[in-house]
Amino acid sequence: MADKVIAGKTVQVNDEGYLLDASQWDKEIAVEIAKEIGIELTDKHFEVLAFLREKKEAGEPLTIRKVGKSGIVDIKEFYALFPGGPLKYSSKIAGIPKPVSCV
Amino acid sequence: MQKLLILGGGTAGTMMANKLVKALDNEEWEITIVDKYKTHYYQPGFLFIPFGIYNRKDVEKPKANFFPPGVKVIFSDVNKIEPDENKVLLEDGRVLHYNYLIIATGTKTVPEETPGLKEKLWYKDIFDFYTVEGACALQRKFKQWEGGKLVMAITELPYKCPVAPLEFVFLADDYFTKKGIRDKVDITLVTPLPGAFTKPVATKMLSELLKDKNINVESEFYIESINNDEKKLVSYDNKEVPFDLLTIVPVNMGDPMIARSEMGDDLNFVPTNKHTLQSEKYENIFVLGDASNIPTSKAGSVAHFASEILFDNIMDAIEGRPLSAKFDGHANCYIETGFGKGALIDFNYDTEPLPGTFPLPGLGPFGLLKNTKINHYGKIMFRWIYWHILLKGKELPVEADMTMAGKKKVSF
Ligand SMILES: Cc1cc2nc3c(=O)[nH]c(=O)nc-3n(C[C@H](O)[C@H](O)[C@H](O)COP(=O)(O)OP(=O)(O)OC[C@H]3O[C@@H](n4cnc5c(N)ncnc54)[C@H](O)[C@@H]3O)c2cc1C
Repeated sequence: MADKVIAGKTVQVNDEGYLLDASQWDKEIAVEIAKEIGIELTDKHFEVLAFLREKKEAGEPLTIRKVGKSGIVDIKEFYALFPGGPLKYSSKIAGIPKPVSCV
Repeated sequence: MQKLLILGGGTAGTMMANKLVKALDNEEWEITIVDKYKTHYYQPGFLFIPFGIYNRKDVEKPKANFFPPGVKVIFSDVNKIEPDENKVLLEDGRVLHYNYLIIATGTKTVPEETPGLKEKLWYKDIFDFYTVEGACALQRKFKQWEGGKLVMAITELPYKCPVAPLEFVFLADDYFTKKGIRDKVDITLVTPLPGAFTKPVATKMLSELLKDKNINVESEFYIESINNDEKKLVSYDNKEVPFDLLTIVPVNMGDPMIARSEMGDDLNFVPTNKHTLQSEKYENIFVLGDASNIPTSKAGSVAHFASEILFDNIMDAIEGRPLSAKFDGHANCYIETGFGKGALIDFNYDTEPLPGTFPLPGLGPFGLLKNTKINHYGKIMFRWIYWHILLKGKELPVEADMTMAGKKKVSF
């Protein structure tokens, strides 16, 4: 755990850079984290981020499949928005914990 | 007369029936168990069928052998649950009322969920080993197969027995080595996970083993479809893996009955309190085994540990006390690694698999996260334990709660 200044605000992150407190998040922080990953955020991205934050808040486990059924994007579009690791990157940008795949 | 109804007479339902019949007064309680099939399969044995180690007869027994006297048994498909009315509708039109309901309808594979899976190559060059039919068909194929690209792929999480695909590739390495054609067989494991397993310490141990055995791993590969003409897997981000022979774990889902009852999540698993095993929505409904959405492995060992917790909580509920027992997600899996050896992992919601000995600290006899002969014997003995102890709801000499005794904390 460490303090990090993102978009001029001090937030707590874990050693992989995920926000520890989702309430410290805002849109500028999202833009900044996305930039570090190499993603430029569009409205579509923000719709997905809002969906993720809402589901997280409700305590629902997040999966790629669930995002694919959100009505916002299908799985292919989700991959296109967050190439290389849609769920781990979108979660990081959304300021929520990295989803753990449980098997 | 009070009624306790169990849906599903597989591993979990059968264990609960055996435990409850002993504890509940049969003058006051009627226990009923419903299942659509008459045959009980020892599913862990499916893994060994493709390699000719087991055959169909080694994994089948009549379900009726395991239901205790005093329990009413109904063989019928469940059409739906009407939880607000405390009743269950059967396919044949009968209606069952209940005071308490245990859902134990498990999970099954749904190949139809993946485009191209159940098409012209199905059971010709594409197989599953999660059904007895698939495992037997693959045994016939392996007998005459002369080599090529063998791919073991996982379509979606969660799936039952998360270590089974790993065991499959280890046993394939063993099988084709003994057949003398290992040099002609290229083995690849394709997984949506970031590595061989979800938990870091176990992944490290297993990855090393895979490397030693010359088995490739294609990780973070999320299958979109299967191209039958060009014989390749295609991922959502347009990566491709070619195959000559594909073994696959299709999408695992809860029974469609759960969806008809509007009680499931997007994979038909029932939202369940991970500690009490009570339905999130209905106080008089409990969920045991693969049918629930609790975040631990879908495995017989988990159902066994959870059944002890569920038993206590049902007794609490019936006797009007707050639910006192809490499940910790304890899972314990033997991992066959080929050439007569095996590994063992033991973990729960909060603690990942660690090295050490099990069940006795320092003594074992089983070595955690170690590749040994004795662990393999553990797996082989598991079949006997399953039929004679587990299903009968008897106690195993292992605690329901995971213990840290005998384990070593690791950092790397
Ligand atoms: C290849 C393979 C290897 C495995 N290896 C291991 C292992 O090594 N160790 C381990 O611990 N576990 C292992 N498992 C997992 C283990 O078999 C399951 O986790 C366990 O059987 C789950 O028990 P259950 O009662 O929840 O489901 P099941 O045993 O599958 O029972 C569900 C029952 O519900 C019935 N049912 C479903 N829907 C309806 C309906 N609508 N109406 C009526 N009846 C219905 C079904 O007919 C079935 O009998 C393995 C599984 C597989 C496939």
